[in-house]
Amino acid sequence: MSTDRFRDLSNTALAGRLGVPRVPLLRRYEPGQPLLPGPALVTSVGAGRFAKPIAALVEESGQQVLDAVGEQKLAAVVVDLTAATTLDDLAAARAILTPAVRKLAPSGRLLLLGPDPAEASAGARVEAAATAQALDGLVRTIAKELRAGATANLLVVAAEAPPAAVDSAVRFFLSARSAYVDGQVVRVGVPVGSPRDPGAMDSPTLPEKPLAGRVAVVTGAARGIGAAIADTLARDGATLVVVDIPAAGENLAKVANRTGGTALQLDITAADAPERLIAHLTQRHGRLDLLVHNAGITRDKLLANMDPDRWKAVLDVNLRAQLRITEALLAEGTLLQDGSRIVCVSSQSGIGGNRGQANYVASKAGIIGMVRALAPVVAEKGVTINAVAPGFIETEMTATMPLGTREAGRRVNSLRQGGLPVDVAETIGWLGQAESGGVNGQVVRVCGQSMLGA
Amino acid sequence: MPSTPRRAAVIGGNRIPFARANGRYARASNLDMLTTTLDGLVARHGLAGERLGEVVAGAVLKHSRDFNLTREAVLGSRLAPSTPAYDVQQACGTGLEAAILVANKIALGQIESGVAGGVDTASDAPIAVNEDLRRVLVAINGARTVQQRVKLLAKLRPGQIVPDIPRNSEPRTGLSMGEHAAITAKEWGVSREAQDELAAASHRNLAAAYERGFLDDLVTPYLGLTRDDNLRPDSSVEKLAKLKPVFGTQFGDDATMTAGNSTPLTDGAALALLGSDEWAAAHKLPVLAHFVDAETAAVDYVHGRDGLLTAPVYAVPRLLERNGLTLQDFDFYEIHEAFASTVLATLKAWEDVEFAKDRLGLDAPLGPIDRSRLNVTGSSLAAGHPFAATGGRIVATLAKLLHEKGTGEGGRKARGLISICAAGGQGVVAILEAA
Repeated sequence: MSTDRFRDLSNTALAGRLGVPRVPLLRRYEPGQPLLPGPALVTSVGAGRFAKPIAALVEESGQQVLDAVGEQKLAAVVVDLTAATTLDDLAAARAILTPAVRKLAPSGRLLLLGPDPAEASAGARVEAAATAQALDGLVRTIAKELRAGATANLLVVAAEAPPAAVDSAVRFFLSARSAYVDGQVVRVGVPVGSPRDPGAMDSPTLPEKPLAGRVAVVTGAARGIGAAIADTLARDGATLVVVDIPAAGENLAKVANRTGGTALQLDITAADAPERLIAHLTQRHGRLDLLVHNAGITRDKLLANMDPDRWKAVLDVNLRAQLRITEALLAEGTLLQDGSRIVCVSSQSGIGGNRGQANYVASKAGIIGMVRALAPVVAEKGVTINAVAPGFIETEMTATMPLGTREAGRRVNSLRQGGLPVDVAETIGWLGQAESGGVNGQVVRVCGQSMLGA
Repeated sequence: MPSTPRRAAVIGGNRIPFARANGRYARASNLDMLTTTLDGLVARHGLAGERLGEVVAGAVLKHSRDFNLTREAVLGSRLAPSTPAYDVQQACGTGLEAAILVANKIALGQIESGVAGGVDTASDAPIAVNEDLRRVLVAINGARTVQQRVKLLAKLRPGQIVPDIPRNSEPRTGLSMGEHAAITAKEWGVSREAQDELAAASHRNLAAAYERGFLDDLVTPYLGLTRDDNLRPDSSVEKLAKLKPVFGTQFGDDATMTAGNSTPLTDGAALALLGSDEWAAAHKLPVLAHFVDAETAAVDYVHGRDGLLTAPVYAVPRLLERNGLTLQDFDFYEIHEAFASTVLATLKAWEDVEFAKDRLGLDAPLGPIDRSRLNVTGSSLAAGHPFAATGGRIVATLAKLLHEKGTGEGGRKARGLISICAAGGQGVVAILEAA
């Protein structure tokens, strides 16, 4: 993994005196860490139904909850705007947020909850729709203005979603697990599937082990982001089946052994790959609670020079294999159960495009289309499917990029640095929880609010 | 403890790709390779932190520091350190003999699970000091006074620097294994063409097995090597025919054994996972096959009429008789290809009427086998033959083949025969049956 020397230098006293812009050191999750390092302001505009349960959730985690801005630095600011329908409500939000952002601590969290503009539009409630949409722009702007590693995100909550539907999202966005997720808008609807994992029914949900009792498959797990996903899911209590091509078996075995999982050497593009994956899961576990489609390759060329082999290789691994495996698992019918989750790794290039990567971008954009199309289908079985779209992540791959390209990639985001593989992994871990059933068919960018494709 | 012995299950296996000596694994020790292979087995079966009944393995070429090789490998692996281990050594029969030991303990209910196999390196081979020098050094070490030591040091001579390098030869005959095999090949009239055909088939079958993903759950890459580097997928009888004989050259134009139809020196390790059916079920692991029975035999190749590598010829009829089977009752034959000529001479001996009567004491020969069932995913000629590793490779491979096949003729469970010849005139053979 490459190291960000500029970030380290920018945090020295000399750099401060010279006026070099500081690259913040982000607070990241470690086992045992409290939800928040300091008090949180939790409030609402109008009769929001989420402020109270969220305040209770924060207090339960052992942290103080304030209902107005005072002298103290704030580790988090949560404003429930789900009842906001007018421009006056928006002005009330401004009145809360202006002093609050001044008090936000380094790596602080600003989280807004708002109504779904589409629901207001459908009801021809024009001012309500305008107000709801205003929050979208507002949160993206706050994210760009915040400093010192603080982030701002918005949960768009469906009118019918019960208060508990947002709990896992609130925990994720307040905690250090969401360090590199910034300026994102995530819709939370009526939860799909059981919020409790059937395998962990007998034991209480441990905040330290949100994936306890869950069986997870991670493809492309031998190195890079895939290995980080495996490590993170195992840390959160999941039982792992790590998959990679046979040629990557040496590293794959190490990942399997350090996570206490099993290594499955499998070329996911092979004709019998879905069948072999299903056979392994049936034999070894009899279930699949979390499927992470992570395996991906690049074969870069400008479209003008793109040959059919490069195109096919990338599309086969990055998209066709995901389609075939997901389809086969749904047809099989017993492994994916009520509460199971599917998370696909897309890319910010799949949203914004990238020069020289027509094949890769097509595959990663295709994943988003697949996720949106499958979401209502899998929901009928109590299953969700979502995508994460990493931005610039510090991996072996980015370490080999030319310095100029690498520096540009790192800095063009609101946090002024590249993310770490673990940032992608934490996001997947959140979406993989049984409790995250309210999030379905969404694309969550892990990009530090990158300007690319925004 | 059950009154009737139960059958041990073969659950799976792991090996690293075999590498030609002084190549990719030149810097890897037996301990490195065995530990890595064990870790790959642990990863494949999800056994990190498990205590197994025992791990049994060995090496033929062994450094003195490796006196507790297998136990050291366990301690370096992800298995629980409370897993016992011991070394065995029966030349090329080591791996299969280890599997027999583990299977027998499982059958008797003494253990519930075990790992068996072996490792060998022809690259990182031990080199001993000259015997003369060793005696002087031992004496110096035992000396009590400075004067004694000085006196002994004066005995050192330049000639003592010449080291003792291990040789691939039989201590009692001074002949290499290849030379012994060449004599047997001549006796049985095994033709050059037949040997080259067998070698080409071995390469073809192993290459096809890799292509169809058969080895995906049997092999874990090591030090960047993803397939056996002795494998020549494009090998052919025509290409092999061009090679010059290297063994039995004293027979002149009748010399038939080349580098192409003999196994090269190879480095590698292979292990098989065994257990009781109950243990496998409790760990949600598949039972690929059951270990049915095994037999070992030895021949007097020094003074008697038998060839060095012909002991399996005697072991198999005894095994068949005990189990009420004929040589034709098998769906797969895994006959270790030390040399193509060894396999062919073994098959000829089983077909020979006089040999059956005079030497095996049988009324009739065992008869021919269906050659399409022989080494169907290749054997040592293609994969290579790190001596002690071959047994583990074959046990895991055959178990998987039997699992794929399921049933044989008349709906009976598919059955396979393993035959491995070994230095010292020994042979180890076994029967596996689909679960």
